[in-house]
Amino acid sequence: MFRDEWGRVLASLVGFLGDFDRAEEAAQEAFAIAARSWPAAGVPDTPVAWLVTTARNRAIDRLRRERTLADKLHLLPAPEAIVDEFDDTPIKDERLELIFTCCHPALPLEGQVALTLRTLGGLDTGEIARAFLVPEETMKRRLTRAKAKIKATGIPFAVPEARLLPERVDAVLAVLYLIYNEGYRGRVDLEAEAIRLGWLLAALMPQEAEVHGVLALMLFHHARRRARFSGEDLVLLDDQDRSLWDTGQIAAGRAVLDRAMALGGRGAYVVQAAIASLQSRERIDWPQIAELYGRLAALTGSPVVELNRAVAIAQAGDPGAALRAVDRLGLDDYLYFHSTRGELLRRLGRGAEAGTAYRRALDLATSTPERRFLTHRLEQL
Amino acid sequence: MRYALMIYAEPGYLEALPEAEREATYAEYFALTDEGSYVGATQLQSAETATCVRVSGGRTLMTDGPFADTKEVLGGFCLVEADNLDEAIELAARIPAARHGGTVEVRPVMRF
Repeated sequence: MFRDEWGRVLASLVGFLGDFDRAEEAAQEAFAIAARSWPAAGVPDTPVAWLVTTARNRAIDRLRRERTLADKLHLLPAPEAIVDEFDDTPIKDERLELIFTCCHPALPLEGQVALTLRTLGGLDTGEIARAFLVPEETMKRRLTRAKAKIKATGIPFAVPEARLLPERVDAVLAVLYLIYNEGYRGRVDLEAEAIRLGWLLAALMPQEAEVHGVLALMLFHHARRRARFSGEDLVLLDDQDRSLWDTGQIAAGRAVLDRAMALGGRGAYVVQAAIASLQSRERIDWPQIAELYGRLAALTGSPVVELNRAVAIAQAGDPGAALRAVDRLGLDDYLYFHSTRGELLRRLGRGAEAGTAYRRALDLATSTPERRFLTHRLEQL
Repeated sequence: MRYALMIYAEPGYLEALPEAEREATYAEYFALTDEGSYVGATQLQSAETATCVRVSGGRTLMTDGPFADTKEVLGGFCLVEADNLDEAIELAARIPAARHGGTVEVRPVMRF
């Protein structure tokens, strides 16, 4: 109901209280009060300020009670003095500080992901657990450990200094893209969640080209999601029913990519988004795509990217050159290496070798749609 | 906050460096430990000098050498004051062993 406000309210409370658990507890209380009182009293003019003020008051009450108790018992250390009054200055948006804290590389990656979804995404522990197909207790422990490490080790609640920023932005984007890619499997729509976070990041860091790049990339992929499967079967780009593509989302992706290019973006996410953009055109410019994959391979040094470049070379009309490029790659344990070889050999009229390659790919396939796809290809030879 | 920076490195990596580089590295260590954020720092003698002690049933048991059979051993440690983990990480990254194949473990120190 208030998902959009959750991140802002929580960020402000973490900044104020310096403690994730206290902030979360206070935010939950404030949202519960809002759920009770807003339907009758109406939504306040500034809901975020209302929620933050209410939550702060609750947190202060709680701290006072604990302090009184501590005074009586002479056991617990007294919490530091706290400010009781608030001025009327607008609530500062501290979500960017929150993002960099949650995606701090000193935290385990799975903890970064869970914490980002919990704090900025406003998903509850159960939802995150279901999205990653783990028991709720496991996810709860993961979140608790991450929060405990932030507190114990002094991970700052701050936007990193300029010289640290590029590396730390990379870390944030890695978390975001990981959330997006989990969306293919889980039950909660993590793709939509990652895109929501992507828009938020792009608004908070409008000058970071790679932020726009990753958002554009997600939008292009998401726009094609309904065409990617036919029932249980995988559908390759060439064979996709384009009427199932979300044209509005593709247009949004192009606008975001334009912004990234205008900022001089030439990073790995921007290049991948440019490739996805070309792939969603009416007539696909494969030589241009092959060229972009070449650039991406230079940036990442990844043989999987080289494999994709070879596919683009084949699509541009030269399966022979593509096969020579593929055969230079040492990817013998990789399913798509063998399925790509099979496809190229088939196109070159070398059916027997194509069959061997497809069977090797089938040995490596783990998911049902992949197995069906490859079996079908073998039957067609 | 106070942090311990524990330096794990392959024994002898410093001695294996060319003399000029070795001298420069020593100088770097001394310069670092003179900085305001350093509370204390010390280099340990080689792992061969280690003795591990346990007490069991009132008896003091000793074994020769460090526990683990790893290539990297604890070679020294520093105590530093830093505002937060990012600052402590920056201090750790400037320890020469970190770029000579070693690892610096950063741990906040318990305060009572």
